[in-house]
Amino acid sequence: MDITEYIKLVFTDYTLRTITLGTAILGAVTGMLGSFAVLRKQSLLGDAISHAALPGIAIAFLITGAKDTNTLLIGALISGLIGTFWIRGIVTKTHLKSDTALGLILSLFFGFGMLLLTFIQKQPNANQAGLDKYLFGQAATLVESDVWLMAIVTGICLIVMLTFWKEFKILLFDADYTKTLGFNTKFIDILITSFIVLAIVLGLQTVGVVLMSAMLLAPAAAARQWTNSLSIMVFLAAIFGAFSGVFGTAISASQNNLSTGPVIVLVAAVFVAFSFIFSPSRGLLFKQIRFIKNRRDLELHKTLAFMHHIAETHEDISHPHTIKLLNNFQGYTKSTLQKLVEKDYVKLNGNMWSLTKTGFETAENLYTKQTTEDE
Amino acid sequence: MSKIAVKVDDLTVAYNYKPVLWDIDLEIPEGVLMAIVGPNGAGKSTLIKSILGILKPIAGSVSIYGKPYTKQRQLVAYVPQKGSVDWDFPTTALDVVLMGTYGSLGWIKRPGQKEKKAALEALEKVGMLAFKGRQISQLSGGQQQRIFLARALVQNASIYFMDEPFQGVDATTEIAIINILKELRKAGKTVIVVHHDLQTVPEYFDWVTFLNVKKIATGPVKDIFNDDNLTKTYGINYKVSIQE
Repeated sequence: MDITEYIKLVFTDYTLRTITLGTAILGAVTGMLGSFAVLRKQSLLGDAISHAALPGIAIAFLITGAKDTNTLLIGALISGLIGTFWIRGIVTKTHLKSDTALGLILSLFFGFGMLLLTFIQKQPNANQAGLDKYLFGQAATLVESDVWLMAIVTGICLIVMLTFWKEFKILLFDADYTKTLGFNTKFIDILITSFIVLAIVLGLQTVGVVLMSAMLLAPAAAARQWTNSLSIMVFLAAIFGAFSGVFGTAISASQNNLSTGPVIVLVAAVFVAFSFIFSPSRGLLFKQIRFIKNRRDLELHKTLAFMHHIAETHEDISHPHTIKLLNNFQGYTKSTLQKLVEKDYVKLNGNMWSLTKTGFETAENLYTKQTTEDE
Repeated sequence: MSKIAVKVDDLTVAYNYKPVLWDIDLEIPEGVLMAIVGPNGAGKSTLIKSILGILKPIAGSVSIYGKPYTKQRQLVAYVPQKGSVDWDFPTTALDVVLMGTYGSLGWIKRPGQKEKKAALEALEKVGMLAFKGRQISQLSGGQQQRIFLARALVQNASIYFMDEPFQGVDATTEIAIINILKELRKAGKTVIVVHHDLQTVPEYFDWVTFLNVKKIATGPVKDIFNDDNLTKTYGINYKVSIQE
């Protein structure tokens, strides 16, 4: 199946269209909210919440005996929220650090959830099969109503975010200061956290308990590399998330036996890797290039300064000196000398070099600029 | 004697079992530039945070010009310790200063032209106008401190609380900051500063509070900044040459 064929199929095939839309919306909303989680240094909160949702799914099934998605997700929402508030409680009431609290709640709830799942599987109820899809997600089970639910939640989330943008931003940056200005920081905090829980629960059906936190973190981590503005970061994270969903679905739909959730997460990981390497300001590649260039510049400047040091002793600054003199100097290579000639700082004449007027002046002013810039 | 700007009664704060502040009574007159000094763990930051309602005291009360703090927020500005926030946060210097206007704006309303103008003026006052669009992680420690100061200036308050504004800044910035603080005092504002460098107390401040869990002394620098109080506060024989 080639690309044009696939794109045609997305628009014509009902199932594929539903899944593509669903994963795109899911990626957008988790990317958006994930930016807040990452900036609050609560990256692992998503992991804890999604694992904490598992027992809720199992209990909802045990109570209702039905596998209706919405019922199960309400169960997931409730137990996810309970887990979240337990984490908050542990952090505020005890001396445990938040990573410990997160780990504790994550494993406790997940363990309990797994226990319930195995118990359910032993039941003589024909309806039991398929609950384990919430472990790794199964995008193929998405139906139109699921996508509508996602779209509505995303819409509400967007409205709330735009309304309280200023409050979200200041709380993320400086919570104590926000409090002194008279804002109810607890309210803002609970608002953000509740939406994170909601987004995670929505994603459980598609991506699953185990991988859900990647949907939250990967787009945000990738977006942070490209911008220094919060609004652009949130926007980019939503875009990266949505594209992860679309590409992930496309890859898994065009290959047999590739589960959609993990593929989406892997695509998001590719976004992260690409961003880490190629982002112009924070990326590894350009950092390395800048580093090498700076080193070269420094070597060049040091050589020039050394020449200046020699030339200074003569009345005529352009008095020729032998190149051999430079061999004592570590930073000197033939190519640095060549570059100095190119820049018209130095003239060569056989085995002799002499500083030009520009070269002499440049050398004199080297790094005096820096002290004024640094204050 | 002028009006009392800040009054603290019987304030006791504890994190766990051990009190960090014990039974503090304090009256800060209007228009002073006051240093709070004391050893590490003396509760200096805690005192400020309790006055500002960031921490909940076990007992005691605080009033700002005779009324509780929650009713007088617009009169108070706060400069937290520089290290209390993540400077890699994706935002610019101007944006951080604009946050100082959020309190008067209240919920939901966004800063507009008027707020932006005020923020730019504050940036100019601290000599950082040229850096308004700079990502905050690319500022030096001294510049970050100036940004925090500008954010408080924008609040246009009557009382300023500052937690170690001179920490980790170079001599140029320190002089720039103290000049701004002195200007604030000249304009009739009250400035309260957690301070570490005892040598500069007589030069910078006119009022001082010695703190070590309990309040040791409070009053004009020229009357109470002496070896006796320093020894009581720091527990060792302290000798400071006071410049007259």
